[in-house]
Amino acid sequence: MRHFIVVGILIILVSVLLTIGLDAANLMPLDASAQAAPIDWMWKVMEIAMSFLFALIVVPMVYSLIVFRRRRGETGDGAHFEGNTTLELLWSSIPLVVVVAFSVIGAGNLSQTLSRDPNAMIVKVTGIQWSWKFEYPADPATGLVVVSDELHLPVNKQVLLRMTSSDVIHSFWVPEFRVKQDLVPGRFTELTITPTREGNYKVSCAELCGTSHAFMVKPVLVTTMDEYNAWLAQELVKAKEAASTPEGLGQLLVAQNGCAACHSINGAVGIGPTWFGLFGSEVELSDGATVVADEAFITESIQNPSAKIVTGFESQQMVQYTFTTEELAAIVAYIKTLK
Amino acid sequence: MKNNSLGKAFLLLVIAGAVGYGIGLGLDALVTGGLNFSGSVASAFTLLFGFTAFFFGLYGYRGITRGLVFQVVGTVAGALFVTGIRALLRLTAFGAFFFSEPAWVFGALVGVLSFIAGVGIVTDWYKWARGMDTPEHHEDEPGWEKYFSVSLDHKVIGIQYTVTALFLIAVGGTFALIFRTELAASELQFLTTTFRAFNQTGPQFYNTLMSLHGMIMIVSILLGVSGIINYVVPMIIGAQDMAFPRLNAFAYWVAVPASVLLLMALVLGGFDTGWTGYPPLSARAPVGMQMFFLGVFTAGWSSILGALNVIATVLRMRAKGMTAMRMPIFVWASIATSIIALTATQLIGLSFQLVMFQRLFGMGFFDAAKGGNPVLFQHLFWFYSHPAVYVFVLPGLGVISELLPVFVRKPLFGYRWIAMSSLGIALVGFVVWAHHMFTSGMNEYLRVPFMYSTMLVAVPTGVKFFSWVATIWGGKIETPTPMLFVIGAIVVFLLGGVTGPPNAMVALDLHLHDTYWVVGHFHDTIFGGFVFPFFAAIYYWFPKATGRRMNEFWGKVHFWLMTPSFLTLTFGMMYIGLRGMRRRVADYDAALGFDNAHLILTICGFLIALSVLIFFINFFRSIKHGEPAAGNVWNSRSPEWLVPSPMPAHNYEVPFEVVGEPYDYGLPGSKYVEFAAKKAGKH
Repeated sequence: MRHFIVVGILIILVSVLLTIGLDAANLMPLDASAQAAPIDWMWKVMEIAMSFLFALIVVPMVYSLIVFRRRRGETGDGAHFEGNTTLELLWSSIPLVVVVAFSVIGAGNLSQTLSRDPNAMIVKVTGIQWSWKFEYPADPATGLVVVSDELHLPVNKQVLLRMTSSDVIHSFWVPEFRVKQDLVPGRFTELTITPTREGNYKVSCAELCGTSHAFMVKPVLVTTMDEYNAWLAQELVKAKEAASTPEGLGQLLVAQNGCAACHSINGAVGIGPTWFGLFGSEVELSDGATVVADEAFITESIQNPSAKIVTGFESQQMVQYTFTTEELAAIVAYIKTLK
Repeated sequence: MKNNSLGKAFLLLVIAGAVGYGIGLGLDALVTGGLNFSGSVASAFTLLFGFTAFFFGLYGYRGITRGLVFQVVGTVAGALFVTGIRALLRLTAFGAFFFSEPAWVFGALVGVLSFIAGVGIVTDWYKWARGMDTPEHHEDEPGWEKYFSVSLDHKVIGIQYTVTALFLIAVGGTFALIFRTELAASELQFLTTTFRAFNQTGPQFYNTLMSLHGMIMIVSILLGVSGIINYVVPMIIGAQDMAFPRLNAFAYWVAVPASVLLLMALVLGGFDTGWTGYPPLSARAPVGMQMFFLGVFTAGWSSILGALNVIATVLRMRAKGMTAMRMPIFVWASIATSIIALTATQLIGLSFQLVMFQRLFGMGFFDAAKGGNPVLFQHLFWFYSHPAVYVFVLPGLGVISELLPVFVRKPLFGYRWIAMSSLGIALVGFVVWAHHMFTSGMNEYLRVPFMYSTMLVAVPTGVKFFSWVATIWGGKIETPTPMLFVIGAIVVFLLGGVTGPPNAMVALDLHLHDTYWVVGHFHDTIFGGFVFPFFAAIYYWFPKATGRRMNEFWGKVHFWLMTPSFLTLTFGMMYIGLRGMRRRVADYDAALGFDNAHLILTICGFLIALSVLIFFINFFRSIKHGEPAAGNVWNSRSPEWLVPSPMPAHNYEVPFEVVGEPYDYGLPGSKYVEFAAKKAGKH
């Protein structure tokens, strides 16, 4: 009986100490969204549960290993004790009730993170190997849409991200916002976030998406509504200016579609061939032929990347992009300027 | 093992490797017109030729060597066949990897079948088909040579499985050390974009190594599980062998060409999808992806047929008096794991086959543009791959339950409950798969029932933990090396267990999913549920197989070096995971401040490798030089320890009858089994 009392006290002591320790370690990153609150609350509950379960098993085990160890010269067996049905029933039925209770709480917890504001701002998100493309609500006056590879959000305003992918599965994750959602080609998935803290964060892809998965990271800026509106207005002006020349439009499209993730514009070796000095140069293909990188070749390579593969890039397949003829010409015009 | 044959083997490895390299380089140059010194084709031929020549030097042209020669010839012949047809149809005959993708796939398939024919495992069946008789049971020659060709003895096959598993652990572990080194600091250090190996850049090579680490370890675990079950189960139920000895040998040997295919995936351009192989990414990866799919598909056969055999053996071949509730507890675990392996493995084979067909024939099963659904793949894949985790851990938990009573000298507390909890875990395991997909875009509300079912796993698992603690409580506890690993297994598996429910809570999992938290949690469950018990089982049954025991001192060094390093490793993983470290990334942002943590993780990784190296040396040295241990080393009640070690070829010369409970330690005068000869000898 003495053993049971000592172990009981030790279990309580160890679980309390572990909980305090885990709590003090402050394991979650900064919380910057309304969705983080229920999730962090659940984590605290889990800290208690994990500490208690760990103590419940490890304390009596370590206690036994010390107290009931075989002493030097001791022979013989332990007490013959085959089991106890009451105990077995208790330690299967109590956990059963507990896990069902946890599941009920967990379901409520989930619904809290899913709560929707009908007036949420809608941003369309496209995952691209290996960049993010964010399309903001159209300007009511002109109907123009700002497209950027940065996510700008006003604080304390719920945003509904309507997400899809142009190639493979990606996953949207800002650790400070907690919630995560995959982007699936051919369909839209949704994620609601209400930023609650101004600051600079980063969105990264959490679902393995190929060679440069690790580098699919773009800035997220949470600002006041005024700052957000000012940024949006400024981007609109920039977009209008850029669209006035083919080279400018090309540069804008290249930035929006994350082409720089693979193609450098300074001659550096990347995942795809560099664009520096590409136009007009002679390119060696993997089947041994050579071809001059003219308008036709570059256009074909964008629309049907595997038609002609440049030597050294056999193991990396580029996704097919769909652009209008005007946009294709603009991109070629931009590449022409890279010398 | 003769030193001169090992020397000859390495010499031939180098020579044949060089010849293969030259041939590959030449073939590549024929097609591309340039020399690619780190290219795939040269490497593939180096691998195939070198590997085969190594066994030729060691063993001569028979058994495994003949199988490998057949596989190489079959692969090339199959690939040439398809290339010829493509040339006739005026399709592209050659691709970036010399042969085109369909040619490689068909060649690899023919290679596997050729291996099976070459190694001689279908010879008996072939003779039966022609109406010829074969001996019922072959006697093996004594010595090490029987391990390199087909044997029908379950003990030989068990050891073949175990040693292959250890080899793959070494390969998979080496891959982990390479990418762990790259992760030691932020920024890319040596796997840079200008790095080239097997036609892959640094980040691509990182992804390939990381993906193969996963799958090679999984195959190694499946083989390790089969190893223990094959060696132990027939012995402890009093059978002479498995129910179907030829099927048993087939199940082992088919895993060998599968392992070769997995290594081929490394050199044929690799693949960057992780072991999960999600399309559309896996529909776009290089040819290595197909080798991976085909390798796993082939290894799956091993798993299914092995499981079938275990179930048949346990159902039909138990000793007299061994009722269901008097079976050794490890047998219950083997049955539970075999039920899963027999019925779920088909789903991973199917899901991988569908992607193979999507790539080869343009069938858009998972291609959104053709009306396919990429999320469907995840359902099919996890329907096997979650229960698979229980295939890995249930035998390990069985080892814990089997060994605990021996070392605490007390009966197993709640035998029936532990036995039933294995089945409980196996059954609940079938309805939890979608908890891997909480962020996948599956129906939002369907996630809730999967949270319920996932949490339910805690109940039978809890029964096991509580019963183990009650078993230990009040015992007379001894702690030789196997018991140390059993205790380590309980603690580490507990850590894996308690870090599970946070993942089951859907909302919290939206943060935890695809982070290092999950990596830490998973490694805890697998080390606690498989790796620690596997080592415990090897230290425990080693004397049974060899008549010698492994060195205690180095066994303890292995334990005390591995355990703290491993705990630090997984705690570190979980910590950075919570703080925002994504999994499966070649690099991380220095601004996250994880550099120090990753450096520590890398050091821990190398310490674990060092401890396993110590184990390997101890293992191979003890075969010849270990302390002789012919008797009942652990003072166990189990029948296999009541006969001399090493175990005779047909196990028990006289059959035994079960006359008591298996774990009645501390009950004076009680016996578990009684040998028929003892009665007969008295008069």
